Amino acid sequence: MSTAIAEPEVTLVDLLDRLLAGGVVLAGDLTLAVAGVDLVHISLRALITSLGQR
Amino acid sequence: MNASYTYAVARPFRLDLLAGLRGVDGAPVRLVRHDDLVAVVSSVPDTGFDERSLEALPRLAEVARAHHAVVAGVAAHTVTLPCRLATIHRGDDRVAAVLRDRYPRLRAALDRLAGRVELGVKVYTEAGPPAVAASGPPAEVPAGTGPTAALGGLPSNIHTDAEPPTAGSPEAARSGRDYLRRRRAEQRAREEGRGAAHQAAERMDAELAALAADHRRHRPQDRRLSGAEGEHILNVAYLVAADQVGAFTAQARALAGGGLRVEVTGPWAPYSFAPPDEADEPAEDLT
Repeated sequence: MSTAIAEPEVTLVDLLDRLLAGGVVLAGDLTLAVAGVDLVHISLRALITSLGQR
Repeated sequence: MNASYTYAVARPFRLDLLAGLRGVDGAPVRLVRHDDLVAVVSSVPDTGFDERSLEALPRLAEVARAHHAVVAGVAAHTVTLPCRLATIHRGDDRVAAVLRDRYPRLRAALDRLAGRVELGVKVYTEAGPPAVAASGPPAEVPAGTGPTAALGGLPSNIHTDAEPPTAGSPEAARSGRDYLRRRRAEQRAREEGRGAAHQAAERMDAELAALAADHRRHRPQDRRLSGAEGEHILNVAYLVAADQVGAFTAQARALAGGGLRVEVTGPWAPYSFAPPDEADEPAEDLT
């Protein structure tokens, strides 16, 4: 189980699916709207731009 | 001033098992304990995080990768409840207070995740439009107006080069009608193909969900981000018993075919199976 979870070739897109929409929300003190649709869209736009430059 | 960035809540484990694993910006990872829960945290400058900074892709990617590395490292050793990206408190005492306040919920969530991992299944249509059962090869231009006219199956309409059909001629009208009819047939076939693909994907999801303890849908990914071929029609996370990963993966792959392609990712720490937001609880002393 340990070696399987540490698999290296995780794509950023798959990771952001989970990190921006999943994970337990612990009501942080410096609350960020990273789960907010707006930032996700901003992130995706940044991603697209960045991928396009490669 | 430093703040505490929390990666995950977990059952207690020996920190030295992480062998010096570093978190965001290379900061060493430590544990904040309350009863039989630990939070895995590292220090970040309390001014270093805001929405603006995470809008920059390189920074977002960096933080996401660091977050994931710690979560995966912890999940390799103990039951782990990953936190949402950029969960930041003013200090370790605040983190401990959150563990104390949320104790029953966090304990219950960990109990539910014990011995289970997350697998991602992505279903795509095969690249390219579905085969069209129309007669004759597909035409990019109306028959009779381009060099492929002779291939359009209408040899009787081909006049001499000196006298092509004019816009008002019956031949042009007919080839225009043929063209539109063909385009409509193609469109219909595409829509039917898409509907059938979605139905097949739904059946696939139902079959896989029956093998899983839980399942959660994500939005299909934008092709510009994934670079994947075909249309992404299903993006689901399944919570699967750790000793069933091989069987589940084999089953998911066996469901491919019939114009659908299946990709399995993971095993992941159970990111997609955190308990829902506690939005109903009042926010505490937010600054």
